[in-house]
Amino acid sequence: MSTITATLGTDRARRLRAALTVLLAAAVAVGAPFYFAPFQVFQLTMVLLYAVALAGLNLLVGFGGQISLGHGAFFAAGAYTAAVMLDQYDTGHLATLPVAAAGCFLLGLGFGVPALRLRGLYLALVTLAFAVFLPPLLKRLEPVTGGSMGLTVDKLQPPAWSGLAEDQWVYLVVLAVTAVALLLARNLLRSRVGRALLAVRDNESAAEVMGVRLSLHKTLAFAWSAMFAGVAGCLYTWVIGFVSPDSFSFVLSITLLAGLVVGGLGSLYGPLLGAAFVMYVPSVSQDVSEAAPGVVFGLLIITVMFVAPTGLAGLPGRVRAAVARRLPRPAAAPDRTPEAASAPDAKPESQSASEPSATDTPADPAVADAEPVGAPPRTEKE
Amino acid sequence: MLAVDGISVRFGGITALDGVGFTVEPGTAVGLIGPNGAGKTTLFNCLTRRCTPDAGTVRFEGEDLLALPPHAVAGRGIARTFQNLGLFPRLTVRENVMVGAHSRGRTGHVAAALRLPRVRREERELRDQADDLLRRLGLADVADHPASGLPFGTLKRVELARALAVRPRLLLLDEPVNGLSHGEVGHFADLVRSVREDFDLTLVVVEHHMGFVMGLCDKVVCLDFGRKIAEGSPEEIQRNGAVIEAYLGVAA
Repeated sequence: MSTITATLGTDRARRLRAALTVLLAAAVAVGAPFYFAPFQVFQLTMVLLYAVALAGLNLLVGFGGQISLGHGAFFAAGAYTAAVMLDQYDTGHLATLPVAAAGCFLLGLGFGVPALRLRGLYLALVTLAFAVFLPPLLKRLEPVTGGSMGLTVDKLQPPAWSGLAEDQWVYLVVLAVTAVALLLARNLLRSRVGRALLAVRDNESAAEVMGVRLSLHKTLAFAWSAMFAGVAGCLYTWVIGFVSPDSFSFVLSITLLAGLVVGGLGSLYGPLLGAAFVMYVPSVSQDVSEAAPGVVFGLLIITVMFVAPTGLAGLPGRVRAAVARRLPRPAAAPDRTPEAASAPDAKPESQSASEPSATDTPADPAVADAEPVGAPPRTEKE
Repeated sequence: MLAVDGISVRFGGITALDGVGFTVEPGTAVGLIGPNGAGKTTLFNCLTRRCTPDAGTVRFEGEDLLALPPHAVAGRGIARTFQNLGLFPRLTVRENVMVGAHSRGRTGHVAAALRLPRVRREERELRDQADDLLRRLGLADVADHPASGLPFGTLKRVELARALAVRPRLLLLDEPVNGLSHGEVGHFADLVRSVREDFDLTLVVVEHHMGFVMGLCDKVVCLDFGRKIAEGSPEEIQRNGAVIEAYLGVAA
């Protein structure tokens, strides 16, 4: 009984700490556009909208255990939905968001059906095919999509009463949409539905025996995921005011997946870190080497995967665990023996600091509390 | 309560089950024994719709189980454990148990995303129920621990807790004490006996540990090469010549 009251106490403290963190983050996020230069504000806006796409991809890949190399195409579908609506029907920006979301949701639902039968590499190939075939299709549908010249539409304009500059207004709108999207994703994952998804990822047949309807949850995971990508695409059109088939080549899909893995699969704030990676690293690598930005980009991904195999989101926990392991703490040692025993393919003890195992979590409750999954995903061993 | 009649399962040229039939009366415990490969787990898989028999019927309280989709079985009050543990390793122990209650939850995708008040209420209820079960099985201390990396005996209890979270009337245990030490087998047997009483369960148990089976079960069915070779009380089975020859063996 005493353990329960103790947990309640820490629960309240944890909730308080979480609330404070959220407030602080919100204050920083809202204040940012008044502090940075317009171009930097634009970059932050892009980080936010990529974060929406990555949150969707995370739902599918990190939590659902499926894989998609086609999310750039859902992103493009959302962007083009918004652009065509603005260009042809002059609907106003706000109306494009629900249409792009709903359209991509249905598109994702359609792709969820092959996802029921295909797994791993095969599913990746089907989704990659979608990403490869969409840009040429957009070029062919010239009357609607403007062909390879693309479409130029109005950017989001600040209303007169706000007294804000364009970049500030756009940033704040995108911030609001992003906040709602991330909140929806978080709610979804911390519920019966999220648990069902995780259960399907970890052990499909056991999940089904417990009454989880595989087809429903898998297709809906795909649909949600595509919807988030579509919303991000729609925001992209609002921010950039221009879409063309070449902005959405299949490289975008791969970049998104890479960003997610770097940010941290199956982590709630991994998408934000991954989005920053997707946004800033290409331009940084351009600075480092004019000739071969791709090489620098690739090397950076490899470095991150070596240093933080659970992604940037898992890095603080790993560092803390590594420090705790270095410090002489004999009492904690027996706690960990079962984990070491449960991983027969584990590397020798001396290397365990660089090993991505579930060991990190029990040693550090703070990480577990940041990630509802319980344990950081073992990307290396999947 | 459960009536299995003449089910046959063939995998390619191999006949895993050949016209097996038996009944399980409410409140009883039935043991399924037989050498490895006799078809015991395949039979379990038929009962939980993991595989579909080529012939025969399975009725649970008069309802044709084979007509149900696999995910609906839990909702009818049938739960099982797995031979080599079927836990969700990256979920915590509590989350594992809460997944067990999945079939009793209502929350859909949209309600979950919006986190409506009734979703919060349901979450709280399921969580409290899970915590009750964890306390009942002595797992409260590891509730927030990921289900991987705990001792095997503990994981067996977690799996039992998850199965109980289904609120089953029929509980299928697939080798529940396989891999446990001598002392743990005794504890687990006591545990099964007490939850059987408390939750008013009907049991079907596959197990090689004869002490466990004979001590727990009211009736034992022995399979060999997919055929039922004997059925009867534990005493009858222990004396049955066919069972001794196929499975139990004689002292040298």
